[in-house]
Amino acid sequence: MENMHAQNLPPQSDRRGFFKKTFATVIVAIIGLFPVASGLTVFFDPLRRKSSTTGAVRVTTLEALPIDGVPRKFPLVASRIDAWNTFTEVPIGAVYLRRTGEKTLQAFNASCPHAGCFVDYLPERGAFHCPCHESTFTADGKIDNPDSPAQRGLDDLKVEIRNSKEVWVEFRNFQAGHAEKIPMA
Amino acid sequence: MKSLLDWLDQRTGYRQITREALYENIPGGSRWRYVWGSTLTFALAVQFITGIFLWMAYSPSSQTAWESVYYIQDEMVGGWLLRGLHHYTAQVMTVLLVLHLMQVVIDGAYKAPREVNFWFGLVLLQLVLALSLTGYLLAWDQKGYWATKVATNIISIIPYIGPSLQKVIIGGADYGHHTLTRFFALHAGVLPGMIIALLAGHIYLFRRHGITAREPKRRPDAAFWPDQVLRDAIACLAVLAAVLFLIVRHRLFSSHGLLGADLAAPADPSEAYSAARPEWYFLFLFQFLKLKWFAGTREIWGAIIIPGLITGVAFLMPFIGRWKLGHRFNLGLLWMLIGGAGLLTYMALADDAKNPEYRLAVKQAEREAERVKVLARSPAGIQSSGIALLRADAFTKGPKLFAEKCALCHRYDGHDGTGKTPTDPQSASDLKGFASREWLTGLLDPEKVTSTNYFGATKFADGKMAKFVKKDVAHYAPEQREKLRKVIAALSAEAQLKSQIVFDHRDSALIEEGRTLLQTETGCTDCHEFQKKDEDATAPILAGYGSRKWLISFVTNPEHPSFYGRRNDRMAAFGDKGILKASEIGLIADWLRGYWYEPPQ
Repeated sequence: MENMHAQNLPPQSDRRGFFKKTFATVIVAIIGLFPVASGLTVFFDPLRRKSSTTGAVRVTTLEALPIDGVPRKFPLVASRIDAWNTFTEVPIGAVYLRRTGEKTLQAFNASCPHAGCFVDYLPERGAFHCPCHESTFTADGKIDNPDSPAQRGLDDLKVEIRNSKEVWVEFRNFQAGHAEKIPMA
Repeated sequence: MKSLLDWLDQRTGYRQITREALYENIPGGSRWRYVWGSTLTFALAVQFITGIFLWMAYSPSSQTAWESVYYIQDEMVGGWLLRGLHHYTAQVMTVLLVLHLMQVVIDGAYKAPREVNFWFGLVLLQLVLALSLTGYLLAWDQKGYWATKVATNIISIIPYIGPSLQKVIIGGADYGHHTLTRFFALHAGVLPGMIIALLAGHIYLFRRHGITAREPKRRPDAAFWPDQVLRDAIACLAVLAAVLFLIVRHRLFSSHGLLGADLAAPADPSEAYSAARPEWYFLFLFQFLKLKWFAGTREIWGAIIIPGLITGVAFLMPFIGRWKLGHRFNLGLLWMLIGGAGLLTYMALADDAKNPEYRLAVKQAEREAERVKVLARSPAGIQSSGIALLRADAFTKGPKLFAEKCALCHRYDGHDGTGKTPTDPQSASDLKGFASREWLTGLLDPEKVTSTNYFGATKFADGKMAKFVKKDVAHYAPEQREKLRKVIAALSAEAQLKSQIVFDHRDSALIEEGRTLLQTETGCTDCHEFQKKDEDATAPILAGYGSRKWLISFVTNPEHPSFYGRRNDRMAAFGDKGILKASEIGLIADWLRGYWYEPPQ
């Protein structure tokens, strides 16, 4: 067994030994890093990807919204690219819509700006409430409870009325957990 | 035989390996308190075995993950057992990890020269928790989806790199195929690989330093085999028994109880899931974040800094333990953490128990989980993806649409269709059993016609119909009442309600009689159109009353001349004004009329 160990072999000259060691190390590094680097390149591909959420979507009509300004929830059905698939007419999220006047509207993404749970609207309290960590928001989307885990109010979305009654919303998701409203890009 | 084994031993040295494995010295003999490491190794082996078999039937993509898990759970022979084993062994493993850690710290097994092995153990603990976290998403059901959304959103609050890190983890800006492929690669490849490597190191170091004997030694030293092996085996058997109990426990108390792990409805980003909670062993973290100290910008303390510091102190335990009071400090910290986690878990459970909205959400989630499986098993089956099933199901979607759009005025059996009582007062009829004989009998009852459940809160309370019922019907003689009964049966038969098909068929002669009476004696056709075209009709058409087509047309536009015309009260033209899509009105009509898929008995 002992003859398998290197200490019994005759020593080599320092210089030749140094080059050999250097080359061996470099080659091992190359052959080791190459597959890792090619894997990591693909692994970090999502950083280049943009959210597939597309422009404005027709959500409902003006008549569906009560005059008193109470928010109503609507699922958002739109087309969506999910990696290799393009889906048409799939649920991509939900919005709350409310009237602020005869022809003016407010739209909120139904995701809680704290950690992304789906917020409920509690009509008896006249406020939004997140069932996960209990942030509450007033009907116009502002933070309601002073010890709210959420750092910002509900994310309002661009909403417009087309053809005098169709309600179109530009749906986006925003980075949860931050005080600023940063779009998920 | 012996020569063959000799040959093998000469080439592999297996005898020495076996000897070293089995005859390791245990100072003070075998003890029950040494079994935890072995039970963990056993649990891990169960996870590897069951995991690989699950892998053979699982397909990670947003269109197939839920579907393939449903198929394993409900269609494949023994699938519920395999999935149940994997699911509950994971849960039992977290308990065993805590017990193992407690034993190591209490016995001082983390002290020199075993520091490195202690660190290996701590890393293993975190890797196992990472397995739980990644595994929770893989079924791509509402439960896993929303819990993972919260967990990955918390990652984004890490300064500077958080948002990018989140994007790398979920595989893009949105949750989808790549979230699943990544989580699955972590769950079935990266994490198990790391665990194997670390566990090999952990066991190697454990053998190198030997067991940390508990003083005082009660008995003479003994070998690992067979005394300790027997105890370990019994402990592993107990673990398996506990897991099996967890798998079948619901069935023990109810013949329809769930077997194995549950599976919620398919992940749907547009459907609220207010029952979202992490697995029970992460509830303490969940509750920790709900503490008021971590509101707003201070959240990073609760989510990242404090857990990070505690982990850091845990890694320093071997050094802290060198001081005289260090070991006591470690013990105190351990008990404090376990007590704190226990208290927080209790608080989380207690909060939910007294929260009626949460309980309602859990019930609804269970109902949908049950329903979607029924639909998946229907002859139509899963055509595109499971998520489409509930969206096109009148039984699930009908009441939700009713609650959102109709329950502002109407009621369904006193509630909004989903079981909640709306805050707005009832201002139109209760539509449970609409157009059924029972419902019509109420409408034609002088006592009931102007109650809130019929015309009471509408302008029709003073209308011709209410007057007719209150003045004429109220004074009907017995034979007239009998005729009215036939008219009601005839009118109700127009609806072709599912619940009345048998009766309509049985009473066909009576119904025929009622049809004639309706057009002659009762005077209904004075205002209503029935079978003959009637330009002067001022009240809703009775031909096809309550049928699918009638209901859809009515909801689409109640102001249509066939219905209320200009006399319409407040009801919106839901279809014509685009408040509801034609398909949605169809779902409401089907639900009210009792038409939805029902599995054969």
